[in-house]
Amino acid sequence: MTLLFGWPMVSGILQAFGGPEGLTTANFTRMTQDPYFWSSVGNTLLLIVVMIPIQFVLALAMALLIRAKPRGASAYFYIWAIPLAVSDLAAGLVWLTVFTDRGYLNSLLASLGIDPVSWLAYDNYASMFGAVLIAEVWRATSLVFVIVVAGLQSIPKDYEEAAGVFGANSWNRLWHVTLPLLRPSLQTALILRTILAFQTFAVALALTGQNFPLVVGETYRWYTGLQDPNVASALALVVMAVSMVTAVGYLKLLRDQSEAPR
Amino acid sequence: MSHATTSKATAAAAGPQPEVDRRPLARQRRNRALLQLACILITLFMALPIYLIALAAMSSRQSLQKFPLSFIPDNFSTETMQTFLQSTGILGGLINSVQVGLFTLVLSLIIGLPAGYAVARFAFRGREPYQLFLLFTRALPIVVLSVPLAQLFLQTGLYDSVLAVVLLHSALALPTTILITASVFLGVPRDVEEAARIFGCSPLQAFLKVVLPMAIPGIAAASIFTFVMSWNEVLGASILTLNQRTLPAQVLSSLAESPLAYRFAGGFLLVVPALIFIFFMRRYLTNMWGSTIR
Repeated sequence: MTLLFGWPMVSGILQAFGGPEGLTTANFTRMTQDPYFWSSVGNTLLLIVVMIPIQFVLALAMALLIRAKPRGASAYFYIWAIPLAVSDLAAGLVWLTVFTDRGYLNSLLASLGIDPVSWLAYDNYASMFGAVLIAEVWRATSLVFVIVVAGLQSIPKDYEEAAGVFGANSWNRLWHVTLPLLRPSLQTALILRTILAFQTFAVALALTGQNFPLVVGETYRWYTGLQDPNVASALALVVMAVSMVTAVGYLKLLRDQSEAPR
Repeated sequence: MSHATTSKATAAAAGPQPEVDRRPLARQRRNRALLQLACILITLFMALPIYLIALAAMSSRQSLQKFPLSFIPDNFSTETMQTFLQSTGILGGLINSVQVGLFTLVLSLIIGLPAGYAVARFAFRGREPYQLFLLFTRALPIVVLSVPLAQLFLQTGLYDSVLAVVLLHSALALPTTILITASVFLGVPRDVEEAARIFGCSPLQAFLKVVLPMAIPGIAAASIFTFVMSWNEVLGASILTLNQRTLPAQVLSSLAESPLAYRFAGGFLLVVPALIFIFFMRRYLTNMWGSTIR
């Protein structure tokens, strides 16, 4: 364990600062001067900021729907959980069949008499972002959904029924009873999802190639395409630093709230 | 019709009676319908893309050239799939993927099972930080590990081998394996184990003959999870290998220059294990992810 985690981390840090003549920050300079770097950072952040709220609202809605026990609930659960086991590369390819120029979405539009749109073209930033967003939401909402369902199962229905007896309508019951009780699950899901979201790259790579760079995809490009492990390490270090700060930040937030008197 | 006449008849028989308020009933019926509608909409969103990629992978090359594409499977063909499977590196990648998955599974069980048992039974002091640590390593970016590991493996001659990927995947899978097996072992009551001890089993025998059989379903769940994780992981595998690529790594590295049909077939082949996995695991899913919370 230590060998596989500790050693690579240390040598990764060394490599990021390493150069032909001792320690330098040249790799970082090269990294930031790369035209793709800042756009990849921007894309990654934008994706996370837009995606996480959508995922949480959707997952919560899905979990509540399942809890209402509609007819065929177990079949719904099965289908809604499938993307959980689909990798981001596969998810990108799946949605490629929909969004590609001669794909299913344009086929649908054409049969409705609307002109096809080139969704994934590099000059069409909004639709490219939309495609990546939809693919990621499709793939990763299941994780939040399953965690929330698990959390809901541990909440006794009595609380809500009691609130109902005292005249709370369903919106109030959700907002004042269920959600606060669900907070631990939501927080875990939030940490896990945010950190995993930083690592998204294959979705975008499969959908748009190099047109929509994400930070981890950049690492891949520097390592395999440009054959520069030093800059790749520098990028990896950025990803690690951001993930760590996020994790620690969330955990701090979590601790403070759970220790505060209710 | 008969309903209306009987209610009219009873109303007439009992004289003037307050109108029955049917609004709550109607509202409930409307809510059920809305609920069903919402479920169907979400199901469409989740299932339609999978149907479409299956359709694309099962269509012939000519029908994929057509525009607009047909949404109904009109000419089923294995041509696309066959071309994909016959292209360079795919069959090898498939074999490598299965190998990596199985070895990862075995390795992470050999280490993870005793560790999970230890977490469940003994290590109560410092358990919470330990579990947090596990959660953290689960979230540790793969890319942080793979780039330096590639250098290490290059030096030791492990680079571009199945073993290299197995080591990386085991490191990634271990935290989850430990968490799941720990929660499984927690589910086996201590009394059973103690009873076995009283009847003359050694601790090891008690574990092997009593605890392990009870824990098998949960352990199976953990193993399938490990396999799927390894099957899906692409970045580390593509950085650590060159010729011994796993299937996802192979698909990823040839993404830019491959025709659309190739990508569709690849995507479909990558999705299939997910369908099977979730089908077998759906009862354990909430337990599995629920256990990472507590």
